[in-house]
Amino acid sequence: MRDLSTCENMRDAAMAAINDLAFEHQQVVMLDADLASCLGSHSFCSRYPDRFFNCGIAEANMVGVAAGLASMGLVPFTHSFGCFATRRAYDQVFLSVGYTGQTVHLIGSDPGITAQLNGGTHMPFEDIALMRQVPGIIIIEPSDAQSLYELIRQAYDLNKASYTRVPRKGATHRYPAGTPIVLGKGIVLAEGSDVGIFATGEVMVNAAQEAVMLLQAKGVKATLVDLHTIRPLDYPLIEQVAAKTGRILVCENGRYAGGIGEAIAAHLGRVKPTRMEFVNVGEQFGEVGKLGYLAQTFGFTASAIAQKAEALVAL
Amino acid sequence: MPTIQELKQQALTIRKLTIEEIGNFGSGHIGGSMSIVEVLTYLYYEAMRIDPKHPKKEDRDRFVCSKGHAGPAVYATLASKGYFDVDLLKTLNSGGTNLPSHCDMNKTVGVDFTAGSLGQGFSAAVGIALGQRIKGQDARTYAIIGDGESQEGQIWEAAHTASQWKLGNLIAFTDYNKQQLDGYVSDISDMEYIETRWLGFNWHVQRINGHDFAQIDRAVRRAQAVTDRPSMIILDTIKSYGFIPGEGVTANHSMAFDQKAAQKAIADLYAREGAAL
Ligand SMILES: Cc1ncc(C[n+]2csc(CCOP(=O)(O)OP(=O)(O)O)c2C)c(N)n1
Ligand SMILES: [Mg+2]
Repeated sequence: MRDLSTCENMRDAAMAAINDLAFEHQQVVMLDADLASCLGSHSFCSRYPDRFFNCGIAEANMVGVAAGLASMGLVPFTHSFGCFATRRAYDQVFLSVGYTGQTVHLIGSDPGITAQLNGGTHMPFEDIALMRQVPGIIIIEPSDAQSLYELIRQAYDLNKASYTRVPRKGATHRYPAGTPIVLGKGIVLAEGSDVGIFATGEVMVNAAQEAVMLLQAKGVKATLVDLHTIRPLDYPLIEQVAAKTGRILVCENGRYAGGIGEAIAAHLGRVKPTRMEFVNVGEQFGEVGKLGYLAQTFGFTASAIAQKAEALVAL
Repeated sequence: MPTIQELKQQALTIRKLTIEEIGNFGSGHIGGSMSIVEVLTYLYYEAMRIDPKHPKKEDRDRFVCSKGHAGPAVYATLASKGYFDVDLLKTLNSGGTNLPSHCDMNKTVGVDFTAGSLGQGFSAAVGIALGQRIKGQDARTYAIIGDGESQEGQIWEAAHTASQWKLGNLIAFTDYNKQQLDGYVSDISDMEYIETRWLGFNWHVQRINGHDFAQIDRAVRRAQAVTDRPSMIILDTIKSYGFIPGEGVTANHSMAFDQKAAQKAIADLYAREGAAL
């Protein structure tokens, strides 16, 4: 077990997991696409230079090469920004990785509004939807450093392809080392019977945690779940929270279409129709700006979340 | 035509504006912005048939900066040319701006195509040149790609189609500054024999010093005279050229510096050029 409580950046937690796996397993290799200095995969390169490959700015080729390596029994981790890790290499992810059943672990950094200053061309709101269309790929977006570390390791142990969204800079420390964190099982951060909030990723879980306090001050009791795993979805927990609260709010740093909210709505629609509301970017494209501006613009703030939750409760 | 001396002076002004623009925000893609200032200056002040007062004129020459992260240099050039107020440069990258880090045709007056996902601007440039031909326009398309960007397969797919369609009205430049984001191109995915790569795709190829206006002038005129093939002009450049704190530095792709450091860098540059601020 590794304690990530002093880790300064989320990317460092991701690299700690990958480097530890590489230490333990000879077959782990890493590929980057000219963004090694952005994720810090340099650290892998200096430890295991023979197992690190900077493919240059050629994401589709990188993923194709990774699939070939996987077919040879190696276990590749690939990295690019989330937009290019998925969109730019989509056919390769779909066919060479998904369809062929190769175990490749895709790391996409700068999810959603954390792409900040790189702006609209670099702001992945659709990566989750794209990955959901590839049958079988595990999809995770941990909300703090410790869970990021644990979940990358667990995805490795499952021996299936995976996609992990990783914010790069700064780190939230929510879970002390030793906290039970299980891939596929949401973590209940607050319990209340008025409304159930499912939030995914650092930006959203942080904002939602604050929103729960704002709601509490107004007498609204919310259940909050850190839904770090998008596939496989934690259906039992979703049903349980829906049964208890009858109101579900889903917060994601992404687009509605094909996203987490839609996935939950589709499931509940089948087994337990429940009133729902959503926090996401809807139909919008990304734009340039600092995190605070973007959070305001897209309604990813604690107050915006609390407002939607209140309105949902009032229905 | 402006004299070489006038072009040099203009390039100096554009460098100053670019450094100030990034310094004002506090960080940005200085390296790849600075390496293309001469070619931008030449395009906007000599080669292109454009009118800043009519930025949407149908049969204008068009320009695509496919290495879209050089937006700050493009904006400084457009502002200096009068497409918009120089003061707007102060809004680079701040929330709600029309000057985002990467060139955006829907936000910035004078930008002909959006870029940012490397490789895509170049294919669009091929489409624009083809469109000019279909529409019977006497107009050219100019594009700049990066040497790192040239690792994208899409660049070579575009290269293939452009020569197949004999797009003599397409004149492209490779900013061969030998560096990309993670380090030196030769350490990551080498571009050596770069001329032969383009020759293999049946382009008209020239290789020149990208900071030398006399060479740029000669090469562009020669490229304009070639009508049966697209042209590639490979510019040997220095990443961050003119922003002295970034010259010869490995990590000069995107740098953080404030306005004070910017003013010092500008003063040092003017001193080196023997120019008066
Ligand atoms: C498809 C894609 N992959 C990755 C990036 C991230 N990125 C932006 S600039 C850059 C390096 C570009 O190198 P080069 O083309 O040599 O540009 P220059 O040296 O002129 O700045 C990278 C990897 C991107 N913008 N698009
Ligand atoms: Mg370069």
